[in-house]
Amino acid sequence: MSDSTSTLEAIISQEYQHGFETSVEADALPRGLSEETVRMISAKKNEPEFLLEWRLAAFRRWLDMKPPEWASVHHPPIDYQDIIYYSAPKSQKDGPKSLDEVDPELLKTYEKLGIPLHERAILAGVAVDAVFDSVSVATTFKDKLAEKGIIFCSFSEAVQEHPELVRQYLGSVVPVQDNFYAALNSAVFSDGSFVYIPPGVRCPMELSTYFRINAKNTGQFERTLIIADRDSYVSYLEGCTAPMRDENQLHAAVVELVALENAQIKYSTVQNWYPGDKEGRGGIYNFVTKRGDCRGAHSKISWTQVETGSAITWKYPSVILRGDHSVGEFYSVALTNHRQQADTGTKMIHMGKNTRSTVISKGISAGYGQQAYRGLVRIARAAQNARNYTQCDSLLLGDRCAAHTFPYIEVKNASAKVEHEASTSRIGEDQLFFCRQRGLSMEDAVSMIVNGFCKEVFKELPMEFAVEAQKLLGVSLEGSVG
Amino acid sequence: MLIIKDLHASVGDKPILKGINLTVNAGEVHAIMGPNGSGKSTLSNVLAGRENVTVTSGSIEYLGHDLLALEVEERAREGVFLAFQYPVEIPGVGNVYLLKAALNAQRKHHGLPELDAMEFLALVKDKMKLMEMNESMLYRAVNEGFSGGEKKRNEILQMAVLEPRLAILDETDSGLDIDALKIVANGVNSLRHPERSMILVTHYQRLLDYIKPDYVHVLAGGRIVRSGGPELAHELEKQGYAWIGNETTGQEVSSGS
Repeated sequence: MSDSTSTLEAIISQEYQHGFETSVEADALPRGLSEETVRMISAKKNEPEFLLEWRLAAFRRWLDMKPPEWASVHHPPIDYQDIIYYSAPKSQKDGPKSLDEVDPELLKTYEKLGIPLHERAILAGVAVDAVFDSVSVATTFKDKLAEKGIIFCSFSEAVQEHPELVRQYLGSVVPVQDNFYAALNSAVFSDGSFVYIPPGVRCPMELSTYFRINAKNTGQFERTLIIADRDSYVSYLEGCTAPMRDENQLHAAVVELVALENAQIKYSTVQNWYPGDKEGRGGIYNFVTKRGDCRGAHSKISWTQVETGSAITWKYPSVILRGDHSVGEFYSVALTNHRQQADTGTKMIHMGKNTRSTVISKGISAGYGQQAYRGLVRIARAAQNARNYTQCDSLLLGDRCAAHTFPYIEVKNASAKVEHEASTSRIGEDQLFFCRQRGLSMEDAVSMIVNGFCKEVFKELPMEFAVEAQKLLGVSLEGSVG
Repeated sequence: MLIIKDLHASVGDKPILKGINLTVNAGEVHAIMGPNGSGKSTLSNVLAGRENVTVTSGSIEYLGHDLLALEVEERAREGVFLAFQYPVEIPGVGNVYLLKAALNAQRKHHGLPELDAMEFLALVKDKMKLMEMNESMLYRAVNEGFSGGEKKRNEILQMAVLEPRLAILDETDSGLDIDALKIVANGVNSLRHPERSMILVTHYQRLLDYIKPDYVHVLAGGRIVRSGGPELAHELEKQGYAWIGNETTGQEVSSGS
């Protein structure tokens, strides 16, 4: 018994692997947030007037807002005047024209992270838009995508090159006043990714962005906007890591997806932000607003997320099922170990007729990890024949962690069918003994059982990333079995 | 192969095994029978290394090693196999995946190259015929939604793939109808080998009609109270365990040497 506990312990307490820091000179604004900060960010990015006005409006709304308190997470109050809102690697000031112009230090960082930027990118068939702190470093495959009329670039570039698209869609899914963190992001966001898939085009490769917080005391506020026009398809992957630091860092991103008629967007996230150390010092506060709008009939948006990092995760990727016959999906694996906290889930807002949504959430808690699934299914009055199926399973490793489920269901149309299933189980002593009796080590047994538990979600990830997610889960759990 | 000497073991604070002596030589099949609560399953668990059982005294020598010094998985890789009375379900983990991981863990331990997916599939499909199992069972999650008979067949399939030196079959006949019992018994019989020993833990004589043991031991009150040939099982069947229960002193038995 004690033996297996200590091995489990060893598995859970494995160290964070991406905790290195890159030394590059940064061009940063002083700490603090005021209208002046917002103007300076906008000016540095040479933004058109409409965007500055939009930011300022968001900032003014934010001043009157309060951080949400309903989530089951606990942290000391954040001093928003103690954050640097803009930091760019200095050598990037004029923007790289090609990969050769990218600071080798930066490239090395990405190499350490295993991001396939150079030829590796080509081999892997992944187009990467890497965001290093606040500016986009390099965008690969742009030309190849351009042939099909696909726009895949940094948000700043989109503002310069395609202001009409930005103006039309920015904030149309997540309005500035949506919530405290979204308003903050709208005021100070520095960069992010922008994708536009023209009508009838199936994006020929996975698009991928790798976010990384490097500079100290820097909040990262990126903004992603993906628009899939009529009859188009795109699969997008986002991966995240951050260096190890003792203090907490704030990451308040906003992701907006728009799917027009018959379009499909698949958005996958593997989030491995620094979770803090075993005692809960440091780590990222990941307060993110992600929402997709199935604006057209027969459109579909799928969120798949594997959340293993961050000290605190506050995140509810949602789908507004506006178009008739539209489909929303949410597949999630969230793991909390040590002192990590996660309050995550989804919102499925059914507005159109014959809309369908599926929610599969798998939570794994180990160590002193605290986790809550919070999900809202709302069937509006006009949503005739809407269907939702929610399955929400929690797996506990050890006896000091906890899992909570908060399903909210609001049905205003009698023809709706809404199902919710939930289960909580412990990783079984019997299962572990059985696997070990067949010759597997404790680590392999745990990893196999946990991966089995997550299988329904992993199978939704693109192949390469499913493999990565499995490994990540193994790593994050190392020392956790007890 | 296996020498158990004066083994005492407890579950929690409760002593269950109170001085077991047993020697099993290579190639022999021993049946261990006994009433409920006699310690049969505890003995199986001690041999496999289950952590809820504490050995308080005595020794177990396996192939010249101190078995009790080995971890659960080390014992397994050294050829100790336990067919579970209640095979556990592992949702989401493919049967074939578990089997391959188990075999490769063992091969790695012995310095053999690991089998790739193709080699492994060829091997396992061959073994499945033996157990009259449908290939689709390979791709289902381990024991999930399996019937009682399928679960037990699956255990013997694992045994056939892992080719253990010492197999302990814990109540493998429980919950089997007669057809399933025959299939399982056929599988087990085909795995009899001069280098492989088996311990059949069972409640009933029925299994022994299909798998003929070399020796039969009766366990009662944590001791082996009687040992003999296959005829002992028939005697038990006729007279019931009450007949044994009256015997208060456990005989020191060392059979098959």
